[in-house]
Amino acid sequence: MLAGVGWHLAVPAHWDSRRKGVTGGDRILIRIEHVSKAFGGIQAVDDVSFTVAEGSITGLIGPNGAGKSTLFNIVAGLIRPDRGRIFLEDENITGQRPHQLFHKGLVRTFQVPHEFSRMTVRENLMVVPAGQAGENLFKTWFRWKRVREEDRRVLERVDEVLDFLEIGHVADELAGNLSGGQKKLLDLGRTMMTDARSVLLDEPGAGVNRTLLGKLSEAIQRLNTERGYTFCLIEHDMDLISRLCDPVHVMANGALIASGPMSAIRQDERVREAYLGGGASGRMGAPG
Amino acid sequence: MDLLIDLIQLSIYGIVLGSILTLGAIGVSMIFGILRFAHFAHGDLMTIGAYVGLSFLVFTGAPVWWALPAGMVGAALTALLVDQAVYKHIRRTQPVILLISSFGMALVLRSVVQLVWGPNVYSYTGGIQRPWWFGDIAIVPNHVWILLAAVLIVAALHLFLTRTRMGKAMRAMSDNMDLALVTGIPAERVILITWILGGMLAAGAGVLLGMDSRLTPTMGWNILLPVFAAAILGGIGRPYGAIAGGMIIGLAMEISTLYLEPSYKPAVAFVIMVAVLIVRPQGIFKGTL
Repeated sequence: MLAGVGWHLAVPAHWDSRRKGVTGGDRILIRIEHVSKAFGGIQAVDDVSFTVAEGSITGLIGPNGAGKSTLFNIVAGLIRPDRGRIFLEDENITGQRPHQLFHKGLVRTFQVPHEFSRMTVRENLMVVPAGQAGENLFKTWFRWKRVREEDRRVLERVDEVLDFLEIGHVADELAGNLSGGQKKLLDLGRTMMTDARSVLLDEPGAGVNRTLLGKLSEAIQRLNTERGYTFCLIEHDMDLISRLCDPVHVMANGALIASGPMSAIRQDERVREAYLGGGASGRMGAPG
Repeated sequence: MDLLIDLIQLSIYGIVLGSILTLGAIGVSMIFGILRFAHFAHGDLMTIGAYVGLSFLVFTGAPVWWALPAGMVGAALTALLVDQAVYKHIRRTQPVILLISSFGMALVLRSVVQLVWGPNVYSYTGGIQRPWWFGDIAIVPNHVWILLAAVLIVAALHLFLTRTRMGKAMRAMSDNMDLALVTGIPAERVILITWILGGMLAAGAGVLLGMDSRLTPTMGWNILLPVFAAAILGGIGRPYGAIAGGMIIGLAMEISTLYLEPSYKPAVAFVIMVAVLIVRPQGIFKGTL
């Protein structure tokens, strides 16, 4: 059972309290307010509001076509909502472009992993502007000494990230040749190159084999506890969700139908109905 | 035996022409990879580079090879100016609009050359160079310098693209634009560097072309077709493919003169380009076209 893989990690003492604190009203990092989006006649997202607390791993689940990915794309700045607003801390970020959000520490990964396929894994990480989010380190281009210093710093960081994700052995491989799971780890590594504060993960577990999935969830967990990353993730693997996420929000037909810890979600009648209606009852039955 | 000697002689010309085409094609390919449009003003950017180099020689009396760095500065500045004044404002529109406006820019640049330097034909050095003879094969010293300069320029570019983070950022943008944008690669800065490098490479091609023959206001425009043929053959958007493409087109153009009138040389390039587009539109190295 894959639940065993990530759990040998020593969990810092403050971890549990932090997780409990989420529902108790910790600082809010992302606030989604009454967001709606229609494509033609289809209401993809219908008046959805919820918040992501700082330091949480918030899950977003729901049957296929529930509008999760659309909502993600709206938060990440790829789609403008018809109505509603998104706040990052207290700043209204509705409609800001992905690269602007990147510099504010809001980073996303893709359901289908993206990579610079003709560059090595190490180069893939090197091109991400490192360091303090928002600081443009590409400014130092024409001062060779500072460029070299900067490069050394970046390379150190790349090695650190490769070690952390345990993909050092493929550092000089072209990223296009990696397996799907390794590409997902690389995706995660890219968010680590910058000081991201909040990371949107779109189905991190999709198409990843079990061994790598364990590694991936371990990495997510450690980034959360050791480095204070806030995660919001879409996932279909209920096992992964129940191990990682609290709270969990459930969407169906564009609307938010339930929120709370996974244990409560499992008992929720509307959620069961949504999944049964969607023909995916088996997934909810998976042991956690 | 005569045929073999002719073949070797023409191959030497082909390699020289190929190295000039390569410099132009790398620039076209890089600009296509990052800005996603075919830059039709590239030939006239070469002309500008060649003429700026000429003026530098005339004003300073410097040795001929100084035309190269001087022309590079001139063409890079011109490319930056054109980008900031024109292309920047239509970057978010469709590629075809950029393509047509670059066509317009080509006309503007050519007119500027005629306005400033007039319609006369110039050359960097007077007189005819005495070739070195190796048996029955003649090698003009200039051809050696042209090849050497082209190799050095390409090597420098290779080091830039693979060793520096800006070079890597350029490759990243041409590899996966969406990902580059969401990972905070500074797109505008990369675009500026692309123009600077594209302008420098164009000037390299222009000056070397001027050394090989003479400077005319239409020199760059006339060579644009083979340059595009080379870029497409190598796989447009793939700078390294442009090297192979440039050499193949250059050799084919020169060797064709064994059987065809020399004035058909551009037609040879054109036929190869059309054939590539029909048979293997992605080119040798799988470009993004």
